[in-house]
Amino acid sequence: MTIKEIENEIVEEFAVFTDWMDKYEYIIELGKGVPVIDEKEKTDANLIKGCQSRVWLSCRVEDGKLYFAADSDAIITKGIISLLIRVYNGQAPADILANELEFIGKIGLQENLSPTRANGLVSMIKQIKIYAMAYNS
Amino acid sequence: MYSMKTVEDIRGLFPALQQSVYGKPLVYLDNSATSQKPQCVIDLVDGMHKGANANVHRAMHKLSDDATALYEGAREKVRQFINAPGRENIIFTSGTTASINLVASSFCRKFVGEGDVVLVSGDSHHSNIVPWQLACGAAGASVKAIPVLESGELDMEAYKELLQGSRVKIVAVEHISNVMGIVNPVKEMIALAHAQGIPVLVDGAQGIVHARVDVQDMDCDFYAFSGHKIYAATGSGVLYGRRELLEAMPPYMGGGDMVDTVTFEKTTYAPLPLKYEAGTPNFIAQASLAPALEFAQSLREGEIASVVEEQERSIIEYLKVALQEIEGCRIYGLPQRGDMEPGMPGSKIPVFSFNIEGCFPSDLAQLLDKMGIAVRTGMMCCEPLMARFGVTSMVRASFLPYNTLQEAEYFIASLKRAARMLR
Repeated sequence: MTIKEIENEIVEEFAVFTDWMDKYEYIIELGKGVPVIDEKEKTDANLIKGCQSRVWLSCRVEDGKLYFAADSDAIITKGIISLLIRVYNGQAPADILANELEFIGKIGLQENLSPTRANGLVSMIKQIKIYAMAYNS
Repeated sequence: MYSMKTVEDIRGLFPALQQSVYGKPLVYLDNSATSQKPQCVIDLVDGMHKGANANVHRAMHKLSDDATALYEGAREKVRQFINAPGRENIIFTSGTTASINLVASSFCRKFVGEGDVVLVSGDSHHSNIVPWQLACGAAGASVKAIPVLESGELDMEAYKELLQGSRVKIVAVEHISNVMGIVNPVKEMIALAHAQGIPVLVDGAQGIVHARVDVQDMDCDFYAFSGHKIYAATGSGVLYGRRELLEAMPPYMGGGDMVDTVTFEKTTYAPLPLKYEAGTPNFIAQASLAPALEFAQSLREGEIASVVEEQERSIIEYLKVALQEIEGCRIYGLPQRGDMEPGMPGSKIPVFSFNIEGCFPSDLAQLLDKMGIAVRTGMMCCEPLMARFGVTSMVRASFLPYNTLQEAEYFIASLKRAARMLR
């Protein structure tokens, strides 16, 4: 699937939630899911520091496609991370660079990308793009 | 001037408290960060922009006279509110941070040298640490901290030792911790420092709101606070200073309004308080201190005062019990003696910082937000205090007289729901 197709799929999934708490319940469930990064990869080099919560992100390349692993100490952040990884995993660097992330706004979580939240998510998306740029040659 | 009989009457004066967020009535519990504004302050700011907007102290025209009268009127109101001896003791600044930076810079340039020590309280906000580090760096001096006990109170024995024999040139102490809401024994600490000839700055950012401040009785040398935490417009702030020190220290910033005569060779400075007020001040915000402090004063007088005190006491007692009943909840800062009157040294004001095992603070705050509740999370500008308790983040709920016991109860019910979702 293309990045856009996966984004649309997530937007459709979230359309069923009419109540904020249900939506967050679902994100928390995603956050509680399988660990998305190996403990040994939670190094300082992979750490994105925010005032509110920390995010770890690593990237590997296989057959010209990028695969990400990430974690956070905040579970809601972790839930959103799992959505981001679902969108970008297995995509080509050029496609990741060309993508303008829309689903987070469409499912009503835009505030999580506000720099004042200092939860590391904005820096994480920037870091994903930097990886894509590095491998896009 | 106000006919307030109940907490609901107080709430009615705050337009911001009437709104809903995410379809829920707003429960604003981030008051230690900033207060909401009563109608009288909103009217002053609005009215001054419409009718008396002119630069103060400068011009021979009606609007400037009116603006200056409001600005200087606010200074007099501040003087009365903290019982300062005169208007020359009241410097207007942009807030607590600016007030402390002013003292750190000007005091240290004059009185602090190589090898000297500035002593700060271990519960200090970053704005009572970093300005001193900057000034000490320039002087070759160092900053030392008074340790914090497990209860959140300052270690007075350690404080006495730190004062002895070392080269402490000034002590800078929190009146009330912005994280733990504990009232420090500042009067006693000042007497101990003065016995060694050491002046004391009190960071009153929270103290001005929750304690009755009399700078002459306290005998502090400097008292710094912001207007925005005590109902005034953002950008207003005060530095109270002892006259001899304000006279002896060099100016902080240079510019217009702070000078007597200027030539390219030499400048002489304006008398106090203008010596420390370079440039166009935020005169409208400063003027709003007058209605704001009048309002704060009215809550401390007559019938409504006992309503406010009773409400505050019941919120404190309720939260102490209700929070500790939540499994895995730890409150940071519970004074050893639980029976002190709120506002007195060793007492706790309605500011509660805590963590719940298995729940990350920002997750709790995000869920509470969706239930209409505004709380603060993070380090709260107190990284050393966070380290003292071995955490990187806390949740803080802080109350003002416009908050009701019902809000505290709704907060606890919502917190339990959020914790259930996260664990």
